[in-house]
Amino acid sequence: MKGLSVSKAVTALMLAGLVLLPLYSSLSGNIFILTLFTRIVILALAAASLNLIMGFGGMMSFGHAAYLGIGGYAVGMLAQEGVGSGFVQFPVALAASAIYALVIGALSLRTRGVYFIMITLAFAQMAYYVASGLARYGGDDGLTVYKRSDFSGLINLGNRTQFYYLCLACLFGVIFLIWRIVNSRFGLVVQGLRSNEQRMQAIGFPAKRYQLVCFVISGTMCGLAGALLANNTDFVSPAVMYWTRSGDLMVMVILGGMGTLFGPIMGAVVFLLLEEFLSQITEYWALIMGPLLLLIVLFGRGGIMGMLGRAGRG
Amino acid sequence: MAEPLLRVEKLVRRFGGILATDNVSLDVAAGELHAIIGPNGAGKTTLISQLTGHLEPHSGSVSLAGRDITYLPAYRRCALGLARSFQITSLLLDFTAADNVALAAQAHAGTSFRFFANARKEKGLRDTAHAALDRVGLGHRADVVVNRLSHGERRELELAVALASKPKLLLLDEPMAGLGVTESQRMVKLLQELRKEVSIVLVEHDMPAVFALADRISVLVYGRVIASGDPAAIRANEEVKRAYLGDQHVVTHHG
Repeated sequence: MKGLSVSKAVTALMLAGLVLLPLYSSLSGNIFILTLFTRIVILALAAASLNLIMGFGGMMSFGHAAYLGIGGYAVGMLAQEGVGSGFVQFPVALAASAIYALVIGALSLRTRGVYFIMITLAFAQMAYYVASGLARYGGDDGLTVYKRSDFSGLINLGNRTQFYYLCLACLFGVIFLIWRIVNSRFGLVVQGLRSNEQRMQAIGFPAKRYQLVCFVISGTMCGLAGALLANNTDFVSPAVMYWTRSGDLMVMVILGGMGTLFGPIMGAVVFLLLEEFLSQITEYWALIMGPLLLLIVLFGRGGIMGMLGRAGRG
Repeated sequence: MAEPLLRVEKLVRRFGGILATDNVSLDVAAGELHAIIGPNGAGKTTLISQLTGHLEPHSGSVSLAGRDITYLPAYRRCALGLARSFQITSLLLDFTAADNVALAAQAHAGTSFRFFANARKEKGLRDTAHAALDRVGLGHRADVVVNRLSHGERRELELAVALASKPKLLLLDEPMAGLGVTESQRMVKLLQELRKEVSIVLVEHDMPAVFALADRISVLVYGRVIASGDPAAIRANEEVKRAYLGDQHVVTHHG
C-alpha cells in the first residue's frame, strides 16, 4: 500500500506542477517554459491516447503519429480555405481521425503481433507521403497556419496562458475518459482480450469489434492532440506523421508505464524535458538520450510508474 | 425420442492424409453426462475443437438443440448455451478470480458496449460471479489474482467461468489433468453435483472418474467411435478391450 502512495504522491506533485506552471512562468517572466510545456501537454495527450490501445488493449500501433498529422492538417487546410472557426475545425479534425482509424483498424486488426506493428507503420508512412504530395497545402514544406482556431471569444488561442489551459483541460478530460473507459464493461473486455483472446472468444466475446472500437476512440483522441499541436506551432507539416514521431510516442508510453493512467504524462514530461536539456548541452544529445532510455526500460520494468511503485515497497 | 441436446452427424476432419475425425456421430441427451474416452492420439481434442468452433470440419454437422452450429464461430456458440473448459488452463492471468467469472457473466447479460459505468460495481454481475465461485468452492479466493492461484484452484476456476454463462451444455476437456489425488476426488464430487443442473460432455483420461460419473461413454480410436453405451456395456465390450486397453486392468479393477 505504501508503494501506491509514493507513485500517487509523485503523480499529484506532477499534476499540481502542470496546473501551476503558468503562474510560475508569469512570475519569473520565463515565457519559454510555458511554450515548452504546452508542447509537452499536447504530446502527453497523444501518448495517453496511444496508451489506451497499447497499454490497456495490447495493440502495438506503430503509426499513431498519423493522427497528429490528420488533426493538424484538418485545422491547417480549413484555415487555408478560409474556415477559421474552431467549432468547425475541431469536429472535422476529430471526425477525420475517427474515419482514418476505422479504416486502418478494420484492415490492421486482421493481423497480430509483429504484423500488426508493421501494417500500422506502413499506413502511417502512406499518410506521410500523401501529405508530402499535397502541393496545394505546402507539400513537403508544410503548411503555415496564419490564424489560430477561432472560438468566437469563448477562449483566445492566441493568448499563451489561455491556450495552455485549454490543452491541459483537454489532457485531463481525456485522462478522465480513459479512466472511466478502462473500468467500464467495454474496458474490461478490451483488457481481457489483451490478456487472453482465446478465452474471451470462448466465453462469448467477438474480439475484433471491441478492439476496433477501442482503436477508433484512441485515434480520435490523438486527432484532438493533432489539432492542438497545429495551433501551438502555427504550422503543420508531413514531419509530424513521420515514423520516428510514432516511435517517440511509444517511448513516452513505455517510459512512463504502459497500462497506467498517468504513466504517459510522466513519460512525456521526462522524455521531452530530457530531449530539451540534453540538446542544449550538446548537439549529440541523442547519444546520451538513447542509452538512458535503454537503461530505464531494461531495469525499470513497468516504466517510471513501476519503479515508483517498487521504490515505495522498498 | 426427444431431440437430443447435442447431435453430431458424420463428422469428418482430415489433417493432410490423416483422418483425425472419421465419420463420428454421437448424441447427447438433455441431462446426460456423456464421456468421451480413447487412447492418446485418438482425436479427442480434434473432436472437441469442432464442437467448440475452434476447428472446422470437412464434412458432417453439429447441432445444438436442433440448431445447426457446424460453422458458427466460438463466441456465437457460447451465446447459444455451449460453454467449455480448456485442457490446458486458459484464464485471464492478470485478472482476479471474480473478474474472470464476472466477464463470462457479462457476455450473457446485455451489451458490453458500455463505456462509462464501473463494471466492477454492477451488482448483478458480481453476484453471479460469487455464486459461481461458491459453487466450485472458490468463494474465499474471489479477490485473488489468477497468477497466484494453485493449479487445482485454476481448474476449479475454469469450471466457475463456464458455469457463469449459464450454459445448456458444458464441454469439459480433461478437467482432472494434472490434479493430485485429493484434488481429483474433489473435482469428481463437484461434477457429480453439477451434472444435476447441466448436461455435460466430458473428455477425460482418468478412468475411475469416467466410470463413476458417466451415463454413457463413447470410445474413440483412430478418429472413429468404436463403441458407445453405458459404463457396464463399455466395460464388457470386447472390441474396446482389444483396441484400447493396455489399461484393461484399470477398467475391470474399478468394477
